[in-house]
Amino acid sequence: MADREIYYSKAVNEALDEELARDETVILMGEDIGCYGGAFGVTKGLWEKYGARRIWETPISEGSFTGIAVGAAMMGLKPVVEIMFMDFIALALDQLLNSASKLHYMYGGQVTVPMVLRTPGGAKGGYGPSHSQMLSNLLIGIPGLKVVAPSTAAQAKGILKAAIREPNPVVVIENKRLYPQKGMVPEGDVVLPLEKAVVASAGEDMTLVSYSSMTPVCLAVKNALLKAGINLEVVDLVSLQPIDTDTVFASVRKTGRVILVEEACTTGGVMAEVSALISEHCLDALEAPILRVGAKDVPIPSSLALEKIVLPQAEDIVTAVKQLRAY
Amino acid sequence: MAFPNSSLSTDDLLNMFRRMVVIRTFEETLGNLFSKGVLGGTSHFCIGEEASAVGVIFAAKPTDWLISNHRGHGHLLARGLQVPRVMGELMGKLTGYCGGRGGSQHMSAIDLHFLGTNGITGGGIPIATGAALALKYKQSNDIAIAFFGDGASNQGTFHESLNIASLWKLPVLFVLENNLYGMSTPVAHSCASTELFRRAEAYGMKGSRHEAFNVEEVYTVAQEAIARVRGGGGPELLELMTYRQCGHSKNDPRVYRTREEEAKMMEKDSLLLATRSLLARGLSQEQIDQAAADARAEVAKATEEALAAPAGGRDDALSGLFA
Repeated sequence: MADREIYYSKAVNEALDEELARDETVILMGEDIGCYGGAFGVTKGLWEKYGARRIWETPISEGSFTGIAVGAAMMGLKPVVEIMFMDFIALALDQLLNSASKLHYMYGGQVTVPMVLRTPGGAKGGYGPSHSQMLSNLLIGIPGLKVVAPSTAAQAKGILKAAIREPNPVVVIENKRLYPQKGMVPEGDVVLPLEKAVVASAGEDMTLVSYSSMTPVCLAVKNALLKAGINLEVVDLVSLQPIDTDTVFASVRKTGRVILVEEACTTGGVMAEVSALISEHCLDALEAPILRVGAKDVPIPSSLALEKIVLPQAEDIVTAVKQLRAY
Repeated sequence: MAFPNSSLSTDDLLNMFRRMVVIRTFEETLGNLFSKGVLGGTSHFCIGEEASAVGVIFAAKPTDWLISNHRGHGHLLARGLQVPRVMGELMGKLTGYCGGRGGSQHMSAIDLHFLGTNGITGGGIPIATGAALALKYKQSNDIAIAFFGDGASNQGTFHESLNIASLWKLPVLFVLENNLYGMSTPVAHSCASTELFRRAEAYGMKGSRHEAFNVEEVYTVAQEAIARVRGGGGPELLELMTYRQCGHSKNDPRVYRTREEEAKMMEKDSLLLATRSLLARGLSQEQIDQAAADARAEVAKATEEALAAPAGGRDDALSGLFA
């Protein structure tokens, strides 16, 4: 099937549209997802096409509509919940932590909870402390929950389709900065594997591991450094829980040097886990210490000038590359 | 005396009495097992609240979906779960409904349309609402029934879910079992307005309050409410006034209330009231005693069975995280 260049947000929209059309048990739930089309326009046109029976526009009650999705999923529907900003997941966390992720195990396999929770994380420039966070770190320590963070339009579509067809609860972390970015996306029903990392760009000298909004930044750094004769390999995790260690370890074993890049706070982040896994399994292959580039451990300030200081920038990655080269 | 509008036969009432004795005996047995160190963790007993569980659940269809809370043994047993398997779950045995993974506060029996007890206060309310959404979506004739306490009525999930259920006209009956205390805190210390059923009005739904000591009375009001919800009238809130004769959980010295208050409330004990009703309907004391003895024997036998059952091993602990 032909590829076309479409926005990341449109790719999400296509996945939702196609899954709604394919499977009568798929329903959407969230705030302002009807005629408004969602805060970032991701659900545009779906309410007009599928109506209120499939598109449940909710009051501002994240804690309860997430729980309502759990109940509906236990009864055989496949709810896809939108949390408008990832920061608001705090309000929904009880249902994810104490119900959705546990019910299949704790009820001895009697039920499944085939729900998806999609939410845009990350900063977009000036949204401030409660509308900018990448909270992947809150979710990866919850057994029973799968967490993915697509970085391209093609992934956004193919991974979401896989998540909707998964019998277990999945959180899909989208990204406000990625929504208006275009990418080549195949037409039609292309489903990508949910738990696979991808080598976004092959190289020999050093590995950058990243996900979500930081993958395009890593790719830009790679292109910039090629002129300086440094060929970086960029591994895009895609899945944050579980982590595809085969792909990560193969790259680390190939290059011997690794920088872990994420938009979340550095302390206790996804990359802290990746770092631990690499040191447990690949220490013999490492020629230099594992470095991390992430957000500073402070809230994300509203001021654009201050935000830039707190969030990881391309220059920070370049600095880390130079540091590792000099080691 | 029979409750005026009751459609119950004497056999029905005797059956309900018998089930209430099963629940009471089950809880008393757990108390003994805790003191012997056979059970781990904690448990929240519903001694004194049996009429609420049995009255509502006997009024529902067996296909209506139930969600309960941390104090759920009465609801589980009223629905007809097998006593040895409920006991086995509490003992952490493989024969338990969830193989010992869930225990008291996390027990379900999907084949009996029991979606589960829930250890987070107020956590089951949105799940019941979601079950009702699915029932409406599938145009089912079944309804969802959510049991929770006065404490849960102060959680955001209570208010949010009632609002959404009413907005979407979902077939869910919210059963607020008001036992006057959220753990140790009296309702008047936690609720700005103590007539909790009035909270329904804010969400455009019918709310009503009823004493829940006479099982026939509970059955009758529940039957009426369930019929309205099933008929498409939207959700309802039933506030059932009850009393937990025991402490909140296994180690509760009950310093927050007087022994006098307890003695006064015991006069309305549901087993006592049901016994009076059965006598008024012409049963002999011997027949009633026999039913109670049968119920106690059933629990004793179930306890022996559960004690003898095996607990799980490494595979049972580490498998089955994902479907």
